[in-house]
Amino acid sequence: MFSQIDRLGRIWGMYTLAFAVFVVFLWLAEAAGWIGQRGIAWTFMVLTVGIYATIGIMSRTGNLDEYYVAGRTVPGIFNGMATASDWMSAASYISLAGTLYVLGQEGLSYTVGWTGGYVLLAMFMAPYIRKLGAYTIPDFVGVRYPGGLPRIIAVIAAIIVSGTYLVAQVSGVGIIMSRFLGLDFRIACFVGLLGILVCSMLGGMKAVTWTQVAQYIILIVAFILPTIFVSKMITGVPFPQLMYGRALTDVAATETALGITKGYLTPFNDWTQAQFLALIVCLMCGTAGLPHVIVRFYTTPSVRETRFSVGWALFFIGLMYITIPAYAAFARWEVLHNVVGQAIDSLPGWVAAWTKTGLLTINDANLNGLVEYAELGLDADLVVLAMPEMAGLPYVVAGLVAAGGLAAALSTADGLLMVVATAISHDIYFKLINKNASDRTRLNISRVMLVTVAAIAAWIASLRLSIIADIVAWAFSLAAASFFPILVLGIFWKRINTAGAITGMTVGLLTTLGYIIWSSVTGGNIGGILPNAAGIFGMPINFLLTIVISLLTAPPTQEIQNMVDRLRFPKHAYDAAAPATGD
Amino acid sequence: MSPKDAERYQQHFRANLGLTVKLLAVWALVSVGAAAAIEWLDQFRILTGFPLGYYMGAQGAQITFVIIIFIYAFRMRAIDQKYGVDE
Repeated sequence: MFSQIDRLGRIWGMYTLAFAVFVVFLWLAEAAGWIGQRGIAWTFMVLTVGIYATIGIMSRTGNLDEYYVAGRTVPGIFNGMATASDWMSAASYISLAGTLYVLGQEGLSYTVGWTGGYVLLAMFMAPYIRKLGAYTIPDFVGVRYPGGLPRIIAVIAAIIVSGTYLVAQVSGVGIIMSRFLGLDFRIACFVGLLGILVCSMLGGMKAVTWTQVAQYIILIVAFILPTIFVSKMITGVPFPQLMYGRALTDVAATETALGITKGYLTPFNDWTQAQFLALIVCLMCGTAGLPHVIVRFYTTPSVRETRFSVGWALFFIGLMYITIPAYAAFARWEVLHNVVGQAIDSLPGWVAAWTKTGLLTINDANLNGLVEYAELGLDADLVVLAMPEMAGLPYVVAGLVAAGGLAAALSTADGLLMVVATAISHDIYFKLINKNASDRTRLNISRVMLVTVAAIAAWIASLRLSIIADIVAWAFSLAAASFFPILVLGIFWKRINTAGAITGMTVGLLTTLGYIIWSSVTGGNIGGILPNAAGIFGMPINFLLTIVISLLTAPPTQEIQNMVDRLRFPKHAYDAAAPATGD
Repeated sequence: MSPKDAERYQQHFRANLGLTVKLLAVWALVSVGAAAAIEWLDQFRILTGFPLGYYMGAQGAQITFVIIIFIYAFRMRAIDQKYGVDE
């Protein structure tokens, strides 16, 4: 076991070093004038996607356990790394720093909520789910709440939540490829689709796991390196996570000097405190209920390893999440010092380039020829990708950031694609239609489903529907109001039964959806709660109804209660009677 | 399953729940608690000039979360061994 980790550690250490050397080499090549901007962008894209494809092809497998849960042999620390990139999506990478830039202190609900969910995952979910040793989340729901209907509701919820999320990742790939490679957006979506399929089709979860490890390393290097440079430029010390306190102080002072009233460090000028708290709660519980995250904890060798694995996952996610607010603060500093107050005629080239995309607008309302803060419209999606140019860093840094964004989008897309395709091939086809299917048939159906689902996702992404971004923002509330209560109660309370779970899940989901639709259509709200935090209404109703209806109806059979007992202990007397895998 | 086994399992689960509740209290304090008191906390400045409320949301909570999960993993490993349910 330890020698395996040593060996893997050496391999991935070499890989990280090789990537760093390659970045330095490209940098020198750019400085010497050997390579232009397009050349840099193409080199990054071809090289990184080439690495993922190589890993994907090397990890091909014909074994069901390897295909669905990577053979349950992934060491905790590497599963943690894979979970980190599985979890951090195009939204975390491209939009979160921008969201913080725009919202200021309220934006911290995302950094707290999305990390705090892992504590719930560690103590309420992951070890117990691993002990069951199934393949999917609907598997868990189906075993704990027998009768067929709960499994079907779980499959539908998993497909809706993960499916829309997948579309958002594909359009993230499309945006990056079209901006940096100059491809048409629709073509870029389908190129991105190929990039996703090479990672997952031949090797399933086994291939996805190791490409996600490779993608984590690239995305974290690509995010932290530029932040270190900017920190050195602005504060003189290359330690951004510690030093950006200075940038914050300076930002606050500059805002006062410029007469900006909606200050970066003043809370609750965008949202009410109720919305701030509600969103934190929804993001936490939603994170602990998202199928593509939970399934990763089926892949470790033991319950003990799973518990440590959640810690590693949050450690690797935390490296990114404590850097994101630093990135946002430095971006704010750059804008206040190097953009605001400049003559509009003499703005640097990147301003014109981003104005063309429509993400940046400068409207000289008082016609004095100077950029003023109020005249500057900056989209949240632009901040991360444009900051290297804003700070005047070489183009190789912009290319690196783009490659990191691509890694973030591809890794999450792969995890999601596995969930949706497996829900159809395993939970619907194998469990409900053909219980006698051979392993070979099941693998073939899985592969066909991967390609079909990916193609549909790419097609929907190419339509550029604005509703997709909204649905992704709602996904956490929907997961918090549907899966989270019945999973937690199912593990910690044997008395909870099928009737309770069905009622709780359905009404919780409908309440949340109802609030989202009502609020989106009429613009109304209760206590300033926005649609993205609507789960704060649905989740308590789910908990309450699941408990009340369960107590009013007959308790689960002794067999189910014994199964729950088995989940609670890494080793239990009933284990011998239970099947080894989720079959 | 013998009554002795049943008691062993019960004690293990009680120890597990006790640990979970304690760690969950810390979790709630640094996340929702700090967020609820963010304006009051912001009057204090720490390290290189962070308002304390901002710092908790941007770094303090995350660092605490990682520590909580590793404490849980280490303590549970010991609890598993104590009650003989380790793999």
